[in-house]
Amino acid sequence: MTQASHDQLASVVRQHAGQLAAALMRVTGDFATAEDLVQDAVLAALQHWPAEGIPDRPDAWLFTVARRRALDGFRRADNYRAKLAQLQWPVQPAEDERLRLIFTCCHPALPRTAQIALTLRVVCGLTTGQIARAFLVHETAIARRITRAKRKITDAGIPYRVPGDDELAARLTEVLTVIYLLFNEGYLATTAPASRDLAEDAEWLANLLYQLMPAEPDVAGLLALIRLHRARAAARFGPDGGLVLLRDQDRSLWDHEAIADAVRLLTRAARRQRPGPYQLQAAIVACHAEAERWQDTDWEQIVLLYDMLLHLAPSPVTRLHRAIAVRYTTGARAAMAELDDLAGVLGGYHLYHASRAELLRELGHPGQARAADRHALELTANPAEQAILQQRLTWT
Amino acid sequence: MKYVLLFVETEEFAGDLEAMGPAERDRAYSRVTEWMATHAGKIRGGNKLQSPETATTVRLDRGEPVITDGPFVEGKEVVSGYTEIEVADLDEALRMVKTWPGCPVVEIRPLE
Repeated sequence: MTQASHDQLASVVRQHAGQLAAALMRVTGDFATAEDLVQDAVLAALQHWPAEGIPDRPDAWLFTVARRRALDGFRRADNYRAKLAQLQWPVQPAEDERLRLIFTCCHPALPRTAQIALTLRVVCGLTTGQIARAFLVHETAIARRITRAKRKITDAGIPYRVPGDDELAARLTEVLTVIYLLFNEGYLATTAPASRDLAEDAEWLANLLYQLMPAEPDVAGLLALIRLHRARAAARFGPDGGLVLLRDQDRSLWDHEAIADAVRLLTRAARRQRPGPYQLQAAIVACHAEAERWQDTDWEQIVLLYDMLLHLAPSPVTRLHRAIAVRYTTGARAAMAELDDLAGVLGGYHLYHASRAELLRELGHPGQARAADRHALELTANPAEQAILQQRLTWT
Repeated sequence: MKYVLLFVETEEFAGDLEAMGPAERDRAYSRVTEWMATHAGKIRGGNKLQSPETATTVRLDRGEPVITDGPFVEGKEVVSGYTEIEVADLDEALRMVKTWPGCPVVEIRPLE
């Protein structure tokens, strides 16, 4: 037995929960039941392990609890008891089974919020309470979401399998979106050390998916994207906890080894010659991560990559980001013209107004710039971003 | 598993159909017939419904039964027909529905 830290617990549970869920699913054939049993086992682990230490074989421990609960629960259901008798330890589901789990959790017939909650619970072994705290949502709301989703999986006949070749691309996009949103949620959140690090869960999931689907270049692209962001995390917040803009970050704090690794991963993926939105986003982030100083940034390359990204996945937010890059290649006036075109669609997005403020300041309109900053401030609920906008309003 | 496909028409769709010449409309209908034939092995029944103007709604949750003219939801989207299918799972139903050549909205409901 070892003394268990918070992070250790999280990573041990994550390592084994999905495996156990896949094994139980294979035996019971019932997603909701498998999911309940894993959750019971995880809750028991979180109750015992902090005091007693993590057992030498955590997977055996979780397995035993789940099996005991199952036998208790199914005392009256003979068919389940017979099935569970086949359940043997060690649990070694085929790798492909966790993939099935992921595709089922991210099925497009489920609402996005349920896809995210279910993936965290079933694949990463988070408890409902942990998910609720991470998303600042009431626990009963998450519980309801999960219950409804599980019921739909059973009642509506959502299959438990990896989609066939003809559907794989669309379904994989769905899975990647879930992981990407999870990452954003964790990464954009302010540093609240008490809450779960969802960015780490997202990286773990992306890595798992990459191990399971090594030939899908955009899976590698997403993993590289997440790693490139996380490699620079140490410089994102100042000593006072405030957000530091990319331009002002101390680049010596970046993990240059991790950046080089992620770039190698991305380069290998690119050799497959199937560019996708995550590979392109990762390539853009790599341009920033590889620049020694802010003034070394290869903006021409970044604009080019944004053009490719817009071609594959047109979106007003991507156009906004491209316009910000255009400021450094063509100038503030050209960037402003692009922003003007986006006023209609992005009028409710705080970063649109924050970007306008920067351009207006450069173009010599400090009064309008302040108004735009104030507008941005009204539109964001993120305290770190609020702080930076507040600062700008006090300084200028 | 058994599902019912509820076919939903929109005003725009009805208008488009109306605006078609007879030959074009025949082609649109034959695409639907073709779809039905392709999936005949999975189809367990179904019908086209008459227009929503012919509907009568009875509400039983307000004391005395209340009878009103028209469908229960007043809206631009109305159920215009249904088909019962028997397929392996939701993915198979989705595959079928993705190629549906008729009205623009289809709701898939599992049967109990």
